[in-house]
Amino acid sequence: MFSLKLKGSQIFIKALEQEGIDILFGYPGGVLLDIYDELHRSGLKHILVRHEQGAVHAADGYARASGKVGVTLVTSGPGATNTVTGIANAHLDSIPIVVFTGQVPTPLIGTDAFQEADIIGITRPCTKHNFQVRRVEELAKTIQEAFYIARSGRPGPVLVDLPKDVMASTTDYEPLPPREKELNSVPKAASKKAFYVLDLINEAKRPLLLTGGGVILGKASEELREMARRTKIPVTSTLMGLGAFPGTDPLWLGMPGMHGTYYANMALTHCDLLIAIGCRFDDRVTGKLDTFASKAKIVHVDVDASSINKNVMVDVPIVQDCKTALQSFNQLLAEQNFSVGDEQRKAWFDQIAEWRTNVPLTYCNSDAVIKPQFVIETLYRLTKGRAIIATEVGQNQMWTAQFYPFDEPNTLLSSGGLGTMGYGFPAAIGAQLAFPDRLVVDIAGDGSIQMNIQELATAVQYNIPVKIAILNNGFLGMVRQWQELFYEKRYSHTDMTFAPDFVKVAEAYGLMGLRAEKPGDVEAVLRKGLAHPGPVVMDFKVAREECVYPMVRPGGPINEMALGREMAN
Amino acid sequence: MEKQKKEHILSLLVNNKPDVLARVAGTLGGRGYNIETLCVDATMDPGISKIILSVIQDQATVTKIEKQIIRLIDVHSVSDLSKMETVMREMMLVRMRLTERNKADIALIIDTFRGRVVTMNGDNCVIEITSTKEDIDKAIESLKPLGIDDMARTGIVALERKK
Repeated sequence: MFSLKLKGSQIFIKALEQEGIDILFGYPGGVLLDIYDELHRSGLKHILVRHEQGAVHAADGYARASGKVGVTLVTSGPGATNTVTGIANAHLDSIPIVVFTGQVPTPLIGTDAFQEADIIGITRPCTKHNFQVRRVEELAKTIQEAFYIARSGRPGPVLVDLPKDVMASTTDYEPLPPREKELNSVPKAASKKAFYVLDLINEAKRPLLLTGGGVILGKASEELREMARRTKIPVTSTLMGLGAFPGTDPLWLGMPGMHGTYYANMALTHCDLLIAIGCRFDDRVTGKLDTFASKAKIVHVDVDASSINKNVMVDVPIVQDCKTALQSFNQLLAEQNFSVGDEQRKAWFDQIAEWRTNVPLTYCNSDAVIKPQFVIETLYRLTKGRAIIATEVGQNQMWTAQFYPFDEPNTLLSSGGLGTMGYGFPAAIGAQLAFPDRLVVDIAGDGSIQMNIQELATAVQYNIPVKIAILNNGFLGMVRQWQELFYEKRYSHTDMTFAPDFVKVAEAYGLMGLRAEKPGDVEAVLRKGLAHPGPVVMDFKVAREECVYPMVRPGGPINEMALGREMAN
Repeated sequence: MEKQKKEHILSLLVNNKPDVLARVAGTLGGRGYNIETLCVDATMDPGISKIILSVIQDQATVTKIEKQIIRLIDVHSVSDLSKMETVMREMMLVRMRLTERNKADIALIIDTFRGRVVTMNGDNCVIEITSTKEDIDKAIESLKPLGIDDMARTGIVALERKK
C-alpha cells in the first residue's frame, strides 16, 4: 500500500474523521489558519462560538449528553488560556473532551512570541494528560492517543498543543489501525468480591446504594436498576449521578448532602451497609466525615483506585468500572436465584417512609410572587420530565436537582465538581447539537447567565433551539443565602439588581425573549417558550430572598439539617 | 493505618520525556506534599527514566501519593522501597577551606567515612563521601567546625535487594 504525502493540517482532519468526530466547537486565530483552511474544505461541522470558554463547555455538554468525546479547537495564547476553566470543569467531573490548541511555531516556543502561552504547563494539573506535537510524524498517533486517554478508564479532558509549523509541514500518512487494549483493564480478582458483597447484603438490615457520575460515565444505568430492584435496596445519588436511577422510582430517595433530602441524609446516617458506586465522596455529599455512614460497612466500586480511601475509609474496595462490576454482581444474583422477601426490608422501608412523610421535600408556594421552585415544577410538568436540562451553578442548580426528577441518564448537565457559573448555557448548546430533536433547557440564574451570555449569538447563528429559563432574583442567590445564614445578612457585593433587561438582550441578539412577573404568568411563558422552534430566553422574576432547603452547615454532620428559615437561624 | 510520619522512598519508572518530572512534582506539590530528596536518570532503556524520591509522610498519605502518581499517563510503575529490603546510598561533594590546623582532622574524617579527595587546589579541596543518609549527616556535622565552603548532596538512590 502506498502512502500519501499530507500536510499536518490535513492529517489533523483525517485523524478526527478516523475517531468518528463529526462536530467541533472552536474559534480561529493566527496559528490555526492552516487547519481552518482545511476545515473549510472538509465535511466536519464546526460551531463558531463567541468565547473559547463557551467552546469547551459546549464540547463538555455534547459529551455528557451523548456519551461521546467532545472536541474543541482554539488558537494559541489567549485562545488557549480562555479554555482553562472549561478544562478544569471537565477534569473535576471526569468528562471526556479533547481540546486542540494552536501554538506558535516550534522555533519560537519559549521566546515570549506574540500570542504564546505555555498551555502545557498551565493545564498540566487540570487535564488527564496533555501533549505538544513537536513533529508532524507524531501527529496522527498523538491524536489517536489523546482520544483514547480521554474516553478510557476514568474519562477526562486531554489537551493537544499544535505548533503552527507542524501543521504546515508534510509527511507520509497512512491511517493508523484502531487502538485495541483499553487502559485500566479490569482486574479479574474483583469479581470474587461480589460473593462477599452478596453476604453483606444478606446480613444487612438497612442497606443503601449511593451512586455517582461514574454510573453515567460507565453507561451502567441499566445494570444499576437491575441490581437495585432485585436486591430491593433504596438508592440515593450525588448530583453527578442523577438520572442513572429513575427519580420517580419507589426506591429513590433523592439527592443527599448539603442540599439533599432529609430522608436521603437520614438513610445515609443510619444505614448499616452502604454500597457506593462510581462516586468519590465529595465534601458536599459527606458533610462531617466522622459521622458519615458511621454505622455502615462500606463497599466502594470505582474505576479509579485513587478515589478509594481518599476521603472515606471503606471496608470493601472494588477497583473496577461500574458496568463490569454491576454486570458481574447481577450475574451472581441470577446464578444464586437471589430474592429478598418484603418482610426482610419492612422495618427499613417503614423507617424511610416515616422520614419521608415527616419531612418531605417541599417549599412554600405563593400567589403574590413567583417561587423559583414553582418554575422548575411547572417546567417538569410541561416537559413530562423528558427534557435534557443543563443548569448553571448555585441556587438554580440545587433547586433543579431537588424539583426536577430525572428518569434517564445523560439528561442532567451540571457543573458538579468545579461549580462553574456560566457552564449551563454553552453546555446546553452542545447537548442540543448532539440531540437536535430533543428539548434542551438551561435553568439559569441572573448571575450565571451573564458569564457566557455572548453565546446567544452562537445559538442564533446556527438556530440551536435551546430554551433558557432565568430564575432572576437580582442576587447571586447562593452566596446571598450564606450571607443571610452565616454573616447576619450583610449582603456584601451579591446584589445583582444592576443587570440588563434580559428580554431586550435576547431581542438584540435576534432571539425570542419572554418575561414572567407573576405566578400566573409562569405556565403561559413556559408553554410559549418551549413551543417556539428557535432559541428563547425566559426571564422569571422570582422571590428575591428564597433559600435552598434543606441545608447542612458546611462541615456539619449531614443528619443535622436546617429545614427552613426559622431553623437555620 | 500507621499515623506516624516517616521517610518513604518511592521508585518510579517513567517515560524519559521533557515534562514528566514536572508532572510528578506537580502531583505532589499541588497537594501540599514536599519532596525531600530527588534523583533522576535514564535506565538501561534510554526511553525510560527512573525517579527516586523521598517524602516524609504517614503510611495512609504515602498510599494516596502512590495512587495519584500511578494515574499519570507517563508513569509506568511506582514502588515504595521502604517496604522492601533495599540498599540505599547518597553521595556528597564538599569543598573545605584548608588550613595548616584542620588538614589532619579532615583527613581523619575522610578516613572514618571512607571518603576521598577528588581535587586539591592550593587552599581548598573537594571531598567525596558516599554512604547512607545518616552517615552523610554525621560527616557534615563533623566537617562543619573545620570550615565547609560549600557542599552538594545527590539525594537518596536506592535499589531493592534480590533474594
